[in-house]
Amino acid sequence: MDKFNEGIYLELLEILQNLHPDVDFTINKELVDAGILDSFDIVTLVSDIADIFDVTISADEIIPENFNSASALAELIKIKLEDEE
Amino acid sequence: MKDNAKKKLKKVKLKQIFTAVLSVTLVLSGLWLIQALLMPKYMHGIVEGAMIAEYYEEEKNHDVIFIGDCELYENISPAVLWKEYGINSYIRGSAQQLIWQSYYLMEETFRYEKPKVVVFNVLSMQYNTPQSEAYNRMTLDGMRLSSSKIKAVQASMTDEEHLIEYLFPILRYHSRALELEKDDFTYLFHKDKVTHNGYYMRVDVKPAGTVPKGRPLGDYSFGELAYTYLDKMTALCEENGVELVLVKAPSLYPYWYEEWDEQIIDYADRHNLKYYNFLDVTEEIGLDFQTDTYDGGLHLNLSGAEKLSYYFGKILIEECHLSSRRGEKALEASWEKKLKSYYEEIKNQEEQLSQKEKLSQEDNLYQKDNL
Amino acid sequence: MLFTSYEFLLFLGIVFLLYYIIPKKLQWPFLLLASYLFYFIANPWYLLYIMATTITVYITARAIERKKERFKDWYNSQKKQLDREQKKLLKEKEKKKEFHLLLLGLLLNLGILAVVKYTNFAISNINSLFQLFGGTEISFINIIVPMGISFYTFQSLGYLIDIYYGKYNAEKNPFRFALFVSFFPQLVQGPISRFNDLSKSLFEQHKVEWKTISFGLERILWGFFKKLVIADRILPAVNLIIHDTDTYKGGFVLIGMLFYALELYADFTGGIDITIGTAQTLGIHITENFKRPYFSKNIKEYWKRWHITMGTWFTDYIFYPISVCQPMLKINKFSRKHFGNIIGKRVSVYLSSFVVWFTTGIWHGASWNFIVWGLGNFVVIMISQEFEPLYERFHKRFHVSDKLYYRMFQVIRTVLLMSCLRMFDCYRDVPLTFRMFGSMFADFQVSNFSRESFLSLGLAGFDYLILAVGLIILVTVSLLQRKGSVREQIADMKAPCRFVVWYGLFLAVLVFGAYGIGYDASQFIYNQF
Repeated sequence: MDKFNEGIYLELLEILQNLHPDVDFTINKELVDAGILDSFDIVTLVSDIADIFDVTISADEIIPENFNSASALAELIKIKLEDEE
Repeated sequence: MKDNAKKKLKKVKLKQIFTAVLSVTLVLSGLWLIQALLMPKYMHGIVEGAMIAEYYEEEKNHDVIFIGDCELYENISPAVLWKEYGINSYIRGSAQQLIWQSYYLMEETFRYEKPKVVVFNVLSMQYNTPQSEAYNRMTLDGMRLSSSKIKAVQASMTDEEHLIEYLFPILRYHSRALELEKDDFTYLFHKDKVTHNGYYMRVDVKPAGTVPKGRPLGDYSFGELAYTYLDKMTALCEENGVELVLVKAPSLYPYWYEEWDEQIIDYADRHNLKYYNFLDVTEEIGLDFQTDTYDGGLHLNLSGAEKLSYYFGKILIEECHLSSRRGEKALEASWEKKLKSYYEEIKNQEEQLSQKEKLSQEDNLYQKDNL
Repeated sequence: MLFTSYEFLLFLGIVFLLYYIIPKKLQWPFLLLASYLFYFIANPWYLLYIMATTITVYITARAIERKKERFKDWYNSQKKQLDREQKKLLKEKEKKKEFHLLLLGLLLNLGILAVVKYTNFAISNINSLFQLFGGTEISFINIIVPMGISFYTFQSLGYLIDIYYGKYNAEKNPFRFALFVSFFPQLVQGPISRFNDLSKSLFEQHKVEWKTISFGLERILWGFFKKLVIADRILPAVNLIIHDTDTYKGGFVLIGMLFYALELYADFTGGIDITIGTAQTLGIHITENFKRPYFSKNIKEYWKRWHITMGTWFTDYIFYPISVCQPMLKINKFSRKHFGNIIGKRVSVYLSSFVVWFTTGIWHGASWNFIVWGLGNFVVIMISQEFEPLYERFHKRFHVSDKLYYRMFQVIRTVLLMSCLRMFDCYRDVPLTFRMFGSMFADFQVSNFSRESFLSLGLAGFDYLILAVGLIILVTVSLLQRKGSVREQIADMKAPCRFVVWYGLFLAVLVFGAYGIGYDASQFIYNQF
């Protein structure tokens, strides 16, 4: 993982940890499927991400594959950031 | 080796077939049994529902078949016709039997036998549409499965009914499951006779009071459908070489309008049929509505029915040219049995009646004492 | 044609036989024919509506897709000559055009839905307003509401939005798309399927498979059991209580509320069982719509387990799009800045939840009852959301969350809460519902629960006996479901046991079902939505 990626990942972890302090987001790979993140969390997450990374996640990108793990979400953010460049 | 494997395969297959046959048999016999249990038995109280099915037990070589509603099965006694005239007759009647039901019963009867005369009571000409589910059931459930039954059902159904519920009556009677009575088990496999060749006997008396005149109708002409079935009856009898005789029983009520009578006279004239309205000849018959009815003039009791049968039997012999079949050994023997049970029932009913009267008299005395 | 009518069984039997007799290639076209026939028998005019939706959605979806393709080709060829700003601008412009197409499709179909379902509701509201000012009244329009219009409209629009998002490719064959919209088992009361789910098995060729067919038939039978033995038997009591409000007050309101909870569950899930089972006998897989909803610990969980396909539809196509759209994000930012993080974070969730529950309410029926019911759900969910940290502290402190008694308390609480809200389903109007809710406490009498009062509800002793046994079976099956598919468990039994289970269920429906003369033929509750 390069510096850029790691930065995104760590910041994202912090946001997630704020939502659910008792979940270990580094290992959990089924955040949506297991019902840890519900729709309210996801919306909060999207607005936080917009706030911090200046990246807009659109409704069609809200699918379990993108939100099931912290790393998947970080990947999505990375792609979106690169796309804008 | 190969043979062994083949044998094994064969064994498995046989086992499969056996299981399949066994389960189908279990399913069907279970359904049949439950259905038989759930069907109303009509052995006590309302016995009219058991009448139609009784015909199938009969030796079918009658001279006269009566087809119609309560105005026949409570007013004509085949026992008298045999006793007095040697006429072998049967009544295929049921409660509020509508004309299309009568027609299909006639059609069915002709498949079993060709009597010399069929007598139809014309009261049901007044109905032109299906009437009531309960009466439909009492008439139709007793019929054996045949094309006639299906056609009769289709002609009789009210809006809420379905043919399939007649073919599989469990669909209609499933709601009785938790209301089953002793009779449902007693009469699961066999039924008692409730009639004497279709005649429903009553010995009690309830005199007729003043008979209300029928309220005026807007239209007196019989319905188109009723006429259609009367035409069909006429044609069917002609085809089978059976003489159709129309009658109107001498019941005081339901009211029989003059206008209705004229239409039947006219119809009989046009089709060369005999029509007897017994309401016109009550005195000649010797009917006394103080003693000859059990429900105030709606239906005759035993005494009334015997008088009417005596009168009508003479007409059948003289005008329809029937001859006595006395002397036919098998017939004599069967009627001997029937008459025996006929007299037994008279005795039974009279005993019950006198007991009831005694009880009510005692009741009255007791009440008087208290006063 | 009701699922519980002889006609439907006959229809199903014929469709089933022909489906497996005809060449496999013709299976899906035959289903389209059967579905249109099904609708035609109900009312020939219905066909016009469903065809209008089918055609407009098909065309807009295709148009959006072709636009996308053309833009992509053109964009790829131009890419090198453009700078970043230009690229972004072009993409945004393109997206806008596609959005206009989408909007056209949405408005057309929501327009049809609005006109047939909501015109009279709107008129009655306008009239009440006019009355305040002493104006004249507008007369109601006389229009037929095609059965299941809410379901197939939503299903089609979900497809259209998916195409707009580029989730999958638009269906090229209009007839295949027509079958997706009109597939008869789910036409009347859902579930609301997604194209990428249903199309997997809908257009495939199916050969006779004993297991699928027998599982399907078993499921149908189970649906009939729920609907006929339980729902329709209890229905007269529910109707009596909610219509004769002068007699049935106090404790009766509570009885009616609980009876309705049972009736609605048995009716709706039974209907869905018949739907899914029917599709299964044809080899087609339909998404589940329920997951033992009455075992939910809270309302939020309940709504994830009850009428699932509707819930996810509203989440995916209304909740997310609204809560993450640009204006909403701006509102969010603004409120965070001005009201602080705690309130600011909630604004978008609250706003979009409000919209979702308002539409959920009105989707269920054109009346204030349903709107209030929907908003009631909104309020309860928001309150429990706010109290969640408190709950969590409580659970941690007292270690109760694993205890059976506490879980049972949660389950009962959820059922009662949902049942209270559903009173809006039952009573004639909103004020009456509130009055009856008050009466439940104010007029409460212990004698309301006497033998006589239960027998005054139009049900006899044996009706209660059947209901009690039915309820026990229902709960048992639900508990067994936790160990996996009950039908698999039955399939693992010895042949004689299997025979007894099947035959017993069949006889139970046949003998103890509340169908035929003497029982009021009752529509499935969800048909009217």
